[in-house]
Amino acid sequence: MNGLRRMFAALKRHGALWPLTALGLIWLVILIANPGFFAFTVQDGRLFSGFIDILNRCAPVALIAIGMSLVIATGGIDLSVGAVMAIAGAVAANLIVGSDLPVILIVGIGLCAGLAAGLMNGTLIVGLGIQPIVATLILLVAGRGVAQLLNDGQIITFQNEAFAFIGVGILLGLPMPIWLVLFILAAMLFLTRGTALGMFIEAVGANASASRHAGIPVRSIKLAVYGIAGICAALAGLVATADIQGADANNVGLWIELDAILAVVIGGTSLMGGRYSLVLAVIGALIIQSLNTAIVLSGIPPKFNLVIKSVVIIGVLLLQSSVAQAQLASLRERLST
Amino acid sequence: MIAARHAPILITTALFVALFVLGSVQYEGFGTVHVFLNLFTDNAYLAVTAIGMTFVILSGGIDLSVGSVIAFTGVLTAILIQSGWPPYVVFPLVLAIGWAFGAGMGCLIHCYKLQPFIVTLAGMFLMRGLAIVISERSVPIEHAAYDAINTMGIILPGRGFVGAQTLLLAIVLACAIILAHYRRFGTYVYAIGGDAESARLMAVPVANTTIRIYALSSFLAALAGIMFSFYTSSGYALAAVGLELDAIAAVVIGGTLLTGGSGYIVGTVVGVMLMGLVQTYISFNGSLNSWWTKIVIGVLVLAFVCVQRIQRPREDN
Amino acid sequence: MTATEPLLSLRGVRKEFPGVVALDDVDFDVRPSEVHALLGENGAGKSTLIKVLTGADPRDRGEMWLDSESLSPRSVGEAQAAGISTVYQEVNLLPNLSVAQNLLLGREPRRFGLTDWKRMNAEARETLKRFRLDIDVSRPLSQFSVAIQQLVAIARGVDQKAKILVLDEPTASLDAGEVEILFDILRSLRADGLGIIFVTHFLDQVYELSDRITVLRNGQKIGTFNTAALPRAKLIQHMLGYELQGTTAGHAPQTTLAGTKDAALEVDGACVHGSIQNISLTALSGEAIGLAGLLGSGRTEVCRALFGLDTLSAGKICRNGIEVGITSPRGAIANSIALCPEDRKTNGIIGDLSVRENIAIALQARRGWWRPIPLREQRTLAGTAIANFRIATPDMEKPVRLLSGGNQQKVILARWLAIEPDVLLLDEPTRGIDIGAHTEILRLIQQLCDRGMALIVTSSELEELVAFSHRVVVLRDFRQIAVLEGNAITEDGILQAIAS
Repeated sequence: MNGLRRMFAALKRHGALWPLTALGLIWLVILIANPGFFAFTVQDGRLFSGFIDILNRCAPVALIAIGMSLVIATGGIDLSVGAVMAIAGAVAANLIVGSDLPVILIVGIGLCAGLAAGLMNGTLIVGLGIQPIVATLILLVAGRGVAQLLNDGQIITFQNEAFAFIGVGILLGLPMPIWLVLFILAAMLFLTRGTALGMFIEAVGANASASRHAGIPVRSIKLAVYGIAGICAALAGLVATADIQGADANNVGLWIELDAILAVVIGGTSLMGGRYSLVLAVIGALIIQSLNTAIVLSGIPPKFNLVIKSVVIIGVLLLQSSVAQAQLASLRERLST
Repeated sequence: MIAARHAPILITTALFVALFVLGSVQYEGFGTVHVFLNLFTDNAYLAVTAIGMTFVILSGGIDLSVGSVIAFTGVLTAILIQSGWPPYVVFPLVLAIGWAFGAGMGCLIHCYKLQPFIVTLAGMFLMRGLAIVISERSVPIEHAAYDAINTMGIILPGRGFVGAQTLLLAIVLACAIILAHYRRFGTYVYAIGGDAESARLMAVPVANTTIRIYALSSFLAALAGIMFSFYTSSGYALAAVGLELDAIAAVVIGGTLLTGGSGYIVGTVVGVMLMGLVQTYISFNGSLNSWWTKIVIGVLVLAFVCVQRIQRPREDN
Repeated sequence: MTATEPLLSLRGVRKEFPGVVALDDVDFDVRPSEVHALLGENGAGKSTLIKVLTGADPRDRGEMWLDSESLSPRSVGEAQAAGISTVYQEVNLLPNLSVAQNLLLGREPRRFGLTDWKRMNAEARETLKRFRLDIDVSRPLSQFSVAIQQLVAIARGVDQKAKILVLDEPTASLDAGEVEILFDILRSLRADGLGIIFVTHFLDQVYELSDRITVLRNGQKIGTFNTAALPRAKLIQHMLGYELQGTTAGHAPQTTLAGTKDAALEVDGACVHGSIQNISLTALSGEAIGLAGLLGSGRTEVCRALFGLDTLSAGKICRNGIEVGITSPRGAIANSIALCPEDRKTNGIIGDLSVRENIAIALQARRGWWRPIPLREQRTLAGTAIANFRIATPDMEKPVRLLSGGNQQKVILARWLAIEPDVLLLDEPTRGIDIGAHTEILRLIQQLCDRGMALIVTSSELEELVAFSHRVVVLRDFRQIAVLEGNAITEDGILQAIAS
């Protein structure tokens, strides 16, 4: 009992209590609607379960949410991730169709395209001092145009087992996208928490001026997070492209920036910057995907999806706002007296 | 001497003229009254939306929900008219819904100190979602009033046609200019965009003005939704996806400062027309694909934003 | 008698911000037909008092009356409607609007419900005539000099036909002629029966214009005095809190500049464009140099220049006899120079981060992000600092914003001591912190000197300066006007140099 209470307190301290509660509730709804949903079965060396399905489907959003967390932690935002997905997908698809490069190199070049796009965002923000929303909006508008230009306006389809593997392959019984999310999560946790980068990112987001006074290279940090966000978006783009074995510049990652921002916000990271949690951002992505599944399973027509999602966003935003918290506190006080 | 604040509009106008002349020289049938006036007919709904967006951006905010409001209004209008409601009841109703929706977003932004982009993003989801809930399929509108109004207009020589859409745009433009430059509300909008804290200290009613700004933007988006329903004679929940970006781009190309406080309504309309002309040019060209439009618009926005940054000294964080 | 009946009166007005009592039960009166100067150093509570009075910030407690009517403005608009017109510190106008719009914002003349631009511009020109300003009022305010912007702001305040006019540092960017014009106008307004509250750091102007003076210090009212009966030296004593501590004999530590030892820090003729002019000072290892002067004398600007926040336009900075070019805080830290900034909240603490992280961050920044300080080492570092400096915090993982001002200051000191700088700049290290923390920080300064660090310390408290300084550099108007050494360092000596 005491141990449970301590665990509770620890979860609360890390801000994990509410996201996990929400996830638990959604899964409960799923279980009630479809008791066999989470059952695991093994077929052809592959694990099947509704749970695995949710994980697999949330992979692109989770990948992007990891990069987006870092950007938001510095007090910025990246609206261009969907367009960067399209660019990376287009680059990879064209190289597969038009060249004999080894797949590993093609993936590398695709990720570099994302890095370049991210660094362009970062340069506009750090070098020219343009607000993040505006700077990344430009790539959001023009990025898909560039991707379509690369694709010559077509959907480039291809047959390439090796490349398709990153989208639909199975490794040790689990779909490849899940492994990629775990790998990127681990890599980014190591990069930011295994070094002092995470502390610097949080410092910049919490108080950029004081960070500069303390000797933190504020501009380099900001540039770096947009670069990382670009790489994460590019990887998500490659996964999505491999998944359908084709680069669809118009539709790949459409509106995904909204889901990614939502995932980060649900994970408790404030849009004002400061403290962030990559694990909670991935859980946020999981919540969004579980919500989608729950809506379908509980018999609510999927057309209500967007309405429910928007109500959730507004609710989370209000819960996080200090004004609403103060109002709630005074209400509680009035009720108790 | 030309005042620096007029320079962006003049540049945009010059670009428009240059592109029009270039098109006229290159392609037969480009430099006609017909093509010119069609720019207005085809882009009137976008221009009306962008005018609302101009107020929001002038105040230093952003409204990402306008595209969804257009779709929602279109679907609701179509459904109501098809189920026998008279247009003169439907139109005021959907306009009122638009106004109330915007006012609600303005309340959230002001009272709970939330960032405009995230609130209007949620609003965008909500309106798109409601539109889908009402009808996932495109709803055709068959009503005598629609046919009548769509064919109404003034015929000009040279196959020129000034239709109801263009006339309505002209009315909205005139009202918006009066609102921006001859009413206190307009001055307050510029004041909040210039420096919200100073505005507060100079006794500007910031709360009231903020709410009215977003209400106005949504109201004009709803009006654009009605216009769009005339343009397509239908209502479709997935219509006008990404239109908010076009509207923002038009505002920026029209010379309004994205940080707020500086710009003109007229500039926005010129911006819309320039974007429309780019599209027309590319469709006349034939060999260039339509995605060039997006790239050109992106580059134009980038160029204008960079010029704005360089003109003003960068404020250090 | 109307002269004794106050026009405006405040009783027991209190305002707290997290961790600071900005106004501690302050009483304040303004009579009709008087210019009442409100004086005090930074953080004394002047700006807060004005914000409370004008409805920009709500008060926590206390009563206010205007013309015998209770006053509780909830917004600037309400205060304006009640008859309080305010010109805030620094130009708080809208640079993107035209001069006329700024003057008449919210009161635009209208015809048929539409703004009558012609009449508006005419009215604006008329108003500005009084200030002998003949400018194109239809142009955006940003196109004019700061002095003209300031005059426009004042004209806007004067034009409201108020009962009380509040002017917060109105003359900061005006030249002598413009100040004269302003004072003429204020005198005629005074003759009309207005009560004028005048905040400034120019003491000459206080004596030229004001009838009475109220001095605030650390949120408390020191007293209200008749200007004619208050000698300048006495006023400065009130502002700097000299008499409260009583007189202590100067006991400045003795060292001489002679010898072959290179100075830890040597500044030679340092200038910053539009800021400090020709500052020269030398600090040996183990010495504390005091920077004295009133608000706006350039104390903070000297620290900023030494820490690379402002770039020198002339002069040089040497470390151990070698010239160093410092263009950023990182450059300064690389040269082993650290700064505890004046504005703790904006430039010092990183509020959301924990006490431990705030202490470790400068050391970490110098090591680079790829060589993290192990958590255990950070804990030891923070634990030692918390014990040594007696930082009052339940645990080191608490966000630093929840600590009191004094403890926040100690955290910043601990942050810098972790990198063991050779030169430490302390800009107002004791401002706005309670008396206990105050003494501890003073003791710490002594200890640091003993450990061989060179310190540059600014302070507006004379007793402090006398207690720890080996030399005192006195500044006025961004220039160095005196350097006191040895036995010359006494409270009276500094006071005379400032007041001279």
